Amino acid sequence: MAVFVHTVGNQLYRFDSLKEVMAKASPARSGDYLAGVAASNDGERVAAQMALADIPLKHFLTEALIPYEDDEVTRLIVDTHDASAFAPVSHLTVGGLRDWLLSEHADEHSLRALAPGLTPEMAAAVSKLMRVQDLVLVAQKIRVVTAFRGTMGLRGRLSTRLQPNHPTDEPAGIAASILDGLLYGNGDAMIGINPATDSISSICALLEMLDAIIQRYDIPTQSCVLTHVTTSIEAINRGVPLDLVFQSIAGTEAANAGFGINLNVLQEGYEAGLSLKRGTVGQNLMYFETGQGSALSANAHHGVDQQTCETRAYAVARHFKPFLVNTVVGFIGPEYLYNGKQIIRAGLEDHFCGKLLGVPMGCDICYTNHAEADQDDMDTLLTLLGVAGINFIMGIPGSDDIMLNYQTTSFHDALYARQTLGLRPGPEFEDWLARTGIFTQADGRIRFGDNLPPAFRQALAQLA
Amino acid sequence: MDRHTPTAENPWLALRNLTPARIALGRTGISLPTGAQLDFQYAHAQARDAVHLAFDHQGLRQQLSDRGRESLLLHSAASDRHQYLQRPDLGRRLHEESAQRLREHAQANPGGIDLAIVVADGLSALAVHRHTLPFLSRFEEQAAADGWTSAPVVLVEQGRVAVADEVGQLLNARMTVMLIGERPGLSSPDSLGLYFTYAPKVGLTDAYRNCISNVRLEGLSYGMAAHRLLYLMREACKRKLSGVNLKDEAEVHSIENEGSGGKNGNFLLGDR
Repeated sequence: MAVFVHTVGNQLYRFDSLKEVMAKASPARSGDYLAGVAASNDGERVAAQMALADIPLKHFLTEALIPYEDDEVTRLIVDTHDASAFAPVSHLTVGGLRDWLLSEHADEHSLRALAPGLTPEMAAAVSKLMRVQDLVLVAQKIRVVTAFRGTMGLRGRLSTRLQPNHPTDEPAGIAASILDGLLYGNGDAMIGINPATDSISSICALLEMLDAIIQRYDIPTQSCVLTHVTTSIEAINRGVPLDLVFQSIAGTEAANAGFGINLNVLQEGYEAGLSLKRGTVGQNLMYFETGQGSALSANAHHGVDQQTCETRAYAVARHFKPFLVNTVVGFIGPEYLYNGKQIIRAGLEDHFCGKLLGVPMGCDICYTNHAEADQDDMDTLLTLLGVAGINFIMGIPGSDDIMLNYQTTSFHDALYARQTLGLRPGPEFEDWLARTGIFTQADGRIRFGDNLPPAFRQALAQLA
Repeated sequence: MDRHTPTAENPWLALRNLTPARIALGRTGISLPTGAQLDFQYAHAQARDAVHLAFDHQGLRQQLSDRGRESLLLHSAASDRHQYLQRPDLGRRLHEESAQRLREHAQANPGGIDLAIVVADGLSALAVHRHTLPFLSRFEEQAAADGWTSAPVVLVEQGRVAVADEVGQLLNARMTVMLIGERPGLSSPDSLGLYFTYAPKVGLTDAYRNCISNVRLEGLSYGMAAHRLLYLMREACKRKLSGVNLKDEAEVHSIENEGSGGKNGNFLLGDR
């Protein structure tokens, strides 16, 4: 392992490995203190950033943060690295990469070509040198477009996952939240349920229900029930209609083992999903969720800082050509991200690093009640991510997830971002909204229809 | 007062009968109407207040004493709420002085006990203030016939679930039950959690515990919670284990009874 020494004035700083420079260069967050890997003071942090800025990108190809022999995620990263895609920046240092990314050399085309040439550690490293505006500016240049029944990630679009959770999976209660969301123009990324019960029979019942609703109302969206990948495989084997295959993933083999998965299991899930051929405009069908702190919480971080661990998860994700990846940024709690400031920065880092690596990033802009955060912080992160060109966010009734007990973005929040930033839903869903008369959007401005769509009026009449 | 505003109500208000979710909130322009906005803020404020409410251990000890129960007050290794929130590891261990007090208690009362009851503020002291006494009364009523021996009720300030392992180990207890304030939800600032462990010792993972969650007036009743807990304890004594290997058939049974099974049908699919 290399030793990095950096002198500022007459103060000499010494870092004993790339892993240590990376950890100490990370902007302050509670999870790195919890792990004991953070810089001991602000001076050491900036000195580590200076040392990191001078490290050649090529060095990242010779010093693994987690040994190749010990970790299949490292092996995936090393074995799939594309040297020719790396060539345009291979002569640069980490600091040089920051300058390059901000320069006119980096545009949508060149950044797309670069993605397979960057390792997650390179992306994480450069993000540690970037301010919030840098993370926004570079991410905004990048587009990662994917498709299944709808198209995600086009410029000028913002999609939402309609998340109609219910504490006991009551079908009528879930349907009520779905209809509320559709009538607020949400749900183009997916209708995705976190089930309260994880039995195979209730998972299959929810999948059947979502499929029936999507077909009945001809909605150009995709269904997802967020259950373990092996349960999704089982559902597919039973002939249940399943669109997106979900799994939580992390950036180390050991953390993934904690989720009960490895790369082979994900491959099986991906192939099972593909075998159904349910996509109409594309075949991206994996849906992954991630979040800083997951490796540490499984005690599987190998002394690597939490933001770098998170970025390694995107290498796992991109291997399976996902439909969407969601960093559930504020869900994990204040021991990893203490307050609004830390959550906001982490959300922007994750979005930037994911996009830089070619991953279709979204963000669950969220917080728990024991974090020092509130709706103002979420509005700030939502606005920043909207400007940065995020693929999708969550949409739930009134920001209140009554099953998972946390707060995320609401149906109304999505409309706020669309109207203020002039962002529209995915094209297929936009057409559906216009066709059904829910709303149209011109020059950013959302204009709701005067009447309920007839099909939904009929459904509501059944309740009378 | 003139409350006439340009707010649009949603013609699907009736759906509110189907879910506790915040649906059909209406809109002004594309935004939340003032009423819904302030309702949310109040719910969040209540949850925040619950997280930061100080543990009124004096009040609780007085209540216990009025019922003829002794208690011991201990402190975790987390010095205050700020540290507690960022260092879960410290909340899981006793402060050294507290550990020493417990050792002395055990030396003075040798021979061990069947059951250590531990009460910790967790993330909602409000839950502990509201539910500890009424729950314990129901529980001890139902458990009287089992004849389990017990120590004074142990109160832990700034405690997390696993601190009960250390308490149980130092008291040489066969079982521990932890009563702890759960992370407040937006509409549930006072939810109490019960954690049961057989053969407690420092270092056990959650896989060795059984959890009974959401004990509060709007959630699981004291009686039902006590019933489930006793079922677990009796089974654990027979099988000498707790956690994932101790199947909670009492819970499975009641979920099937309470469970939906789609009884309300689904109006979107016209199959009511």
